[in-house]
Amino acid sequence: MMDARELLFLPATGISALVTSRELSAREVVDAACANIDACDERVHAFNQRSQDLAYTAADALDAKLAAGATPGDGLPDSGLVGAPVAFKDNMNLLGTRTTCSSRILSNYESVYDCTAVRRLLDAGTLPLGKLNMDEFAFGSSTENSAFGPTHNPWDLQRVPGGSSGGSAAAVAAGMASITLGSDTGGSIRQPGACCGVVALKPTYGRVSRYGCVAFASSLDQIGPFAHTVRDAALALRAIAGKDAFDATSVDTPVPDYTQALGADTAGLRVAVATDFLELDGVDPEVKAAVLDAAERLDALGAEVGECALPSTQYGLSAYYIVAPAEASGNLARFDGIRYGLRAEDATDVLDLYMRSRAEGFGPETIRRVMIGTYALSAGYYDAYYAQAQKARTVIKADFDRVFADFDLILAPTAPTPAFKLGEKTADPLSMYLSDVFTIPVNLAGNTGLHLPTKLSSAGLPLGVQLIANHFDEANIFRAAAALEADYRFDHRSVAGL
Amino acid sequence: MRKTLEEVIQTWEPVIGLEIHTEITATRTKMFCGCQIAHGGEPNTRVCPVCLGMPGALPVPNEAAIEWTVLAGLATDCEIERVSQFHRKNYFYPDMPKNYQISQYDRPFCKDGHLTIEVDKEGLAQRLDRDLQAESYETRIGITRIHLEEDTGKMVHVGGSEGRIAGATHSLVDYNRAGTPLMELVSEPDIRTPEEARRFVQKLRLIWLTLGISDGNLENGSMRVDANISLRPRGATELGTRAEVKNMNSFKALHDAVAYEITRQAEVLEEGGRVVQETRHWDAGRKVTSSLRSKEEANDYRYFPEPDMVPFEFSEEFIAGVAARLPELPDARRRRFMSDYGLPASDATILTSDLELCAYYEAAAIGLDAELAKPLANLIVNDLVGALNTRSEELSESQVSPQAAAELVTLCDEGAISGKQAKEVFAEMVETGADPAAIIERKGLKQVSDSAELAGIIDGILAANPDKVEGYRAGKTGLMGFFVGQVMRQTGGQANPQVVNELLGERLGGERLGA
Repeated sequence: MMDARELLFLPATGISALVTSRELSAREVVDAACANIDACDERVHAFNQRSQDLAYTAADALDAKLAAGATPGDGLPDSGLVGAPVAFKDNMNLLGTRTTCSSRILSNYESVYDCTAVRRLLDAGTLPLGKLNMDEFAFGSSTENSAFGPTHNPWDLQRVPGGSSGGSAAAVAAGMASITLGSDTGGSIRQPGACCGVVALKPTYGRVSRYGCVAFASSLDQIGPFAHTVRDAALALRAIAGKDAFDATSVDTPVPDYTQALGADTAGLRVAVATDFLELDGVDPEVKAAVLDAAERLDALGAEVGECALPSTQYGLSAYYIVAPAEASGNLARFDGIRYGLRAEDATDVLDLYMRSRAEGFGPETIRRVMIGTYALSAGYYDAYYAQAQKARTVIKADFDRVFADFDLILAPTAPTPAFKLGEKTADPLSMYLSDVFTIPVNLAGNTGLHLPTKLSSAGLPLGVQLIANHFDEANIFRAAAALEADYRFDHRSVAGL
Repeated sequence: MRKTLEEVIQTWEPVIGLEIHTEITATRTKMFCGCQIAHGGEPNTRVCPVCLGMPGALPVPNEAAIEWTVLAGLATDCEIERVSQFHRKNYFYPDMPKNYQISQYDRPFCKDGHLTIEVDKEGLAQRLDRDLQAESYETRIGITRIHLEEDTGKMVHVGGSEGRIAGATHSLVDYNRAGTPLMELVSEPDIRTPEEARRFVQKLRLIWLTLGISDGNLENGSMRVDANISLRPRGATELGTRAEVKNMNSFKALHDAVAYEITRQAEVLEEGGRVVQETRHWDAGRKVTSSLRSKEEANDYRYFPEPDMVPFEFSEEFIAGVAARLPELPDARRRRFMSDYGLPASDATILTSDLELCAYYEAAAIGLDAELAKPLANLIVNDLVGALNTRSEELSESQVSPQAAAELVTLCDEGAISGKQAKEVFAEMVETGADPAAIIERKGLKQVSDSAELAGIIDGILAANPDKVEGYRAGKTGLMGFFVGQVMRQTGGQANPQVVNELLGERLGGERLGA
């Protein structure tokens, strides 16, 4: 039998095949995952909380069904993911776990219901290992804004894993879970995916229910998967996507069988390189080269590769830092010490209780965003800021619509640089915010984007590309990503330092 | 000594606008989750992650509540907005789990409606600019908007007096009510008198009840009225500073609170002071309003479009579909009662102001001769309502069925009993619920209307009293009472007075008595 580390670097589909063919029990999968977490997580700190009891319970139930002769499609979900070890960003509710959002104010908050996407992934037959570290309330791009300490990049422990879903990216990269879920408001899935060299998908807004994921910016948030392979990501999306009666913004369009797109011919696929992104100040030459290299490979694979301009996306960062904090200021108002979470001692009256609880419970970046958002919505400023930002959003969406009239995909960098060092940007919020300059426009327009790792930089850090598609066109992303994946053969197991 | 309302209006014109919150109890479930709506019950038992504002929970709009609101708009001549949306109203208070209320801002479902109210003679005294000789007047009150929002929870303040926050040591919150669909109607400041305010809310409540939107209960708060009141010198067009008065739990309280606040503001202004823009609390026990909180430092609610829901776009088909559900409204019903049943306006008003009374009347009138519609209305409006009042009973508790009331009116009309006997029979119907025919039978009240039988008796009486017959014919017409009395005596009071009169008239000189 292969060792734990080797097992966890198999694709989720590979582990699932071993489990459903009964070459390996689900309990052994949990054993292996726990062994890997024991071996790595003291250094990586991807997990805020482990839930091996839940995982073993699910594994034993699965093993019992398998022993009774159940097979995928007959007594077991036909998800391709049965027996895969998974974990969740700590802003998603799961009964039997705390949901802390890596914040002091929720450090003891026990989930009282299940997040829809979490429930759907578990109903696909997966095994829940725990809850993953993040920037507090998803505010950040490095996972350094966690009340419980930062997560370290498995490729270089001195570097950040990206953020805000840094724990979700690092857990997959280090082989501590096969599939994890994160949430992406301005790049919080794709940018840590880029830092940690894993496949990371932000689905179209409305594709996946947000119910049960603690809201950051409701009009931008979307849950999506991290995985070792494009196929794993496609299967995970198929498992979690679709209309949810508990989320009025989830959309009732049918969920296609994304696996049909995998291995499909890329001939005739129209791909536009976002050239103006590549010319932006601060873009690492190796990042730029990786995008151009991917363009050449797609061309060689038969795609029709052209160029596009997205001039209005230059307003993306500004618009985002109005809209997102504004919505966040409302969404975080409920954390007040009254019903749950941290309540300050010795408050003199209700206002004092609010102010003390929030001052003690929120970290500095959270306080900054709530204050920005509150200011932007204030009487006299609303039209100049929030209304103006929403107009910018319309213009940015029009840019994408124009490109997608002629192209199927946009090829772009995911982040301007490979993973940066811990502490490098903590003193300068604006430079931190720039980490998301290529991902934010996709959220503002509601489109879908995937980070695909392709190669390593000269310093041994993962590089890759972002593939962006029109609303609900994830299938074309998977089609191109699977072709590039097969061409590059990026080796996840080369992760160093662990 | 503070001036009376009648004195105040000599110099000041009150300007009143109302904000009326109505819980849409018809939906049975809350506005953004599936929790049941009900009053009372153990605290915090009808709650879920959504209405408790737990982390990650999302609102899903209750479509039925939106349809009810559109129906309310159509019933009050509002325009239905083709594109509308929810906004978040941000402020911190423990009765609101999310610390924002999902409400509507610049795109409410309904706007620009109106309601015409009728004010009777008594209410006329509160207005100088109307014809005081008239019996009543009508006035049209504009409706600015009707929007939908979620209700808050309820706070219980412990340790202070009367559950008020002042002096309380701590507070408890019950979220059972949180998330109940709450329809807010805002009127134009077109109301000028306490009576108009009362009539407006009464009529609105009747419409809500007719539509079936809400139980419209003011006492338990399913309907809550806030009154914005200001004064300006008679003849002025600019508005004065207003105060908002809350906590009126009955129509009387609404009337009295508005009247009190008008006289209070007049006193403040006449003493050279200024009215403070504030929220005031009506104390029904002490019959005064007192300051609750000052609104001078205006709250900034930081409204913005609710991002958890997309805007609503109503098609013409949708609106037509809701309009098709409109039942007969009170104004139309009143007109029908006047035209179809031939009732006087006053009876029609009384019968159509109360849905149960209205249904009772219509049930009794089914199959009744058209000319009996009026006597039936008399019986219900005067005798039945009177009896209910005396006995402190609700109509639903009455033992008199609509069919029995109709039967009584018919028996009376057929001459089986006299009007006087009918009252006696009705009194017993109220007591026992017995059938009128059975009561008549048992009491032996059957009226003798048989002309031949009565003629025999009358001829006997005339023959026995020739001097009186002569006296009558000589002009002592007052003797008619004597003859009638004799007939009644001999028939045990059961003779049909109309027949007796006719027969006596024929015999005593062809004149009909009392004609």
